[in-house]
Amino acid sequence: MGLKKEQAADYLLQMYQIRAFEEQAEKSYMAGKIHGTMHLSIGQEASAVGAISTLNESDYIIGHHRGHGLTIAKGADLDLMMAEFYGKENGYCRGRGGSMHIADVKGGNLGANGVVGGGIPMAVGIGIGLKMEAENKVLLAFFGDGAASTGAFHESMILAVLFQVPVVFICENNQYAMSFAAEDWTTSQKIAAHGELYGLASTSTDGNDLIKVRDAVGEAVDLARKGGGPSLVVNDTYRWRGHSKSDRNRYRTNEEIQEWKDKDPIRRFQKYCLDEKLLTKKEAEEIKEQAYADIEAARVFAESSPEPKVETLEEGVYAP
Amino acid sequence: MREITYLEAVREAMTQEMERDSRVFLIGEDIGEYGGAFQVTYGMLEKFGPERILDTPITELALTGAAVGAGLIGMRPIAEIMFMDFTTLASEQLVNQAAKLRFMFGGQSTVPMVLRTPAGSGTGAAEHHSQSFENWFVHVPGLKVVMPSTPYDAKGLLVSSIRDDNPVVFIEHKLLYKTKGEVPEELYEIPLGKADIKREGKDLTIVATAIMVQKSLEAAEELAQEGIDVEVVDPRSLRPLDTETIITSIKKTGKVLIVHEAVKTGGFGGELAGVIAESEAFGYLEAPIIRLAGREVPIPYNRNLERAAVPQVEDIVEKARQLATLKV
Repeated sequence: MGLKKEQAADYLLQMYQIRAFEEQAEKSYMAGKIHGTMHLSIGQEASAVGAISTLNESDYIIGHHRGHGLTIAKGADLDLMMAEFYGKENGYCRGRGGSMHIADVKGGNLGANGVVGGGIPMAVGIGIGLKMEAENKVLLAFFGDGAASTGAFHESMILAVLFQVPVVFICENNQYAMSFAAEDWTTSQKIAAHGELYGLASTSTDGNDLIKVRDAVGEAVDLARKGGGPSLVVNDTYRWRGHSKSDRNRYRTNEEIQEWKDKDPIRRFQKYCLDEKLLTKKEAEEIKEQAYADIEAARVFAESSPEPKVETLEEGVYAP
Repeated sequence: MREITYLEAVREAMTQEMERDSRVFLIGEDIGEYGGAFQVTYGMLEKFGPERILDTPITELALTGAAVGAGLIGMRPIAEIMFMDFTTLASEQLVNQAAKLRFMFGGQSTVPMVLRTPAGSGTGAAEHHSQSFENWFVHVPGLKVVMPSTPYDAKGLLVSSIRDDNPVVFIEHKLLYKTKGEVPEELYEIPLGKADIKREGKDLTIVATAIMVQKSLEAAEELAQEGIDVEVVDPRSLRPLDTETIITSIKKTGKVLIVHEAVKTGGFGGELAGVIAESEAFGYLEAPIIRLAGREVPIPYNRNLERAAVPQVEDIVEKARQLATLKV
């Protein structure tokens, strides 16, 4: 399926925004402006943008702990997102969740999750609810290769098939569950094979190629929307950065990282857009500048935003 | 008024709420044709069909998470975990997800859901089918924990739990399932966080939960023969807790015995004792706060050992008698 010019421009902008957001996140952390940790998805942008580009605005996503890219791809307000990353009161979660828990419920983003595999069982229930509502909506449920070994994943696949939920499960296989290499015990094909075993339409694809991700996920979304039940798509990709800020990269070589940097999903999509004459070189450069300017504006917004008041600490635990 | 069992009261609350609100549905193991391990959902599949009575394979974690997810987008799921012992398998979704989503997302969402589960010993089912874990969940901000002791309370509290916009752990006691009591046919709510004085008295307050309420009431009758007038307070919901009713009662009687089935160490009695000791009731106490609770063992199989592992009526009588006659 060919892209229109506006689509190409949108997707390239989102990919650059993700890259720029995470580079800024890292800088802010190094400068001591934020505390805690973060999980960066630099190198995985095609998976997030390609997958979510297949949705309607009223559809849903649920994410994992490496969720900045998913959030931007689902159309989050960058200012509110950066404010949340800074732990500010006017962030998406009033500064209570931070990097690992950004949600934009009105925008159909049901949140990132700090527990590996934590969102997968919830995805089944969201699917049950969507089916009962019968408004023809679908959910994309993202998780990583690490989650594919959890009981939550296996139990949930069984229920997803049993209840034929309109959910596309997307495994972003970035090759490492913290330090544990996917190839040591499984591969993308094997993860997809689990899906097949349980009765989901399953496939694995080049997660660094936006077009391929979009085609694979798009097919699964169509199936779900037509009442054809759940699918599993495995996007083969790679995170350039460490698992989190504690990572010393002892489990992989610089050569390996460089090999994957050469497969940069943004550069690849940009080349595609130029080759297909969807964008000119100048337009692509303007898009990149725009993305970095958007993130810089978000940083300024976040840094000038108010801290939550300590007196409000106990607010919001319970619904009234 | 007509009398029905505790089990029928639970079923009636679910049935009537499902008739009233199309967002309410059930999910759990063997809740369909089988009717649930204790027959609580018997007949509901026939009435509501498989679209709303979701029978699952053995997937405690995923089925609980499914309830969390459905709640997150505005449905009102009721998950059944066959035995409270198996909530260990469901805890990740309940504790890390359901309890925290609202706060963690800065109030963007709510998670209306009920997790129903039968707890307690006395059925000879031994170590893996007899435990009482209520205080694990009381410890988690974001959850509500409810433990009805009568058919009337079971129906009204379950209706409130289903309508509540927060995740509620609704703990039923297996030995109470067949007990009978007056229950109105129409729908009614009993607010969560409102204790009930099950028996008024002036000499001593017993604060008891679940089946221990019934045992304490029996004990109170025996003690009345000896001239000891016992007040029995049932918190009904442990979180939120109606501290006012408990404190008022203790100010009146000056003595308190706390009775629960769960193991004493780390049990809800410790929390209650703390609440009482920190309150204005402290100055009214004429004797130490006493806890009578489960012994420090897993629930054993042998009938006599099982019985000895948790408080019985005679234990309550003895403790209450000692406390009533104790002077400091």
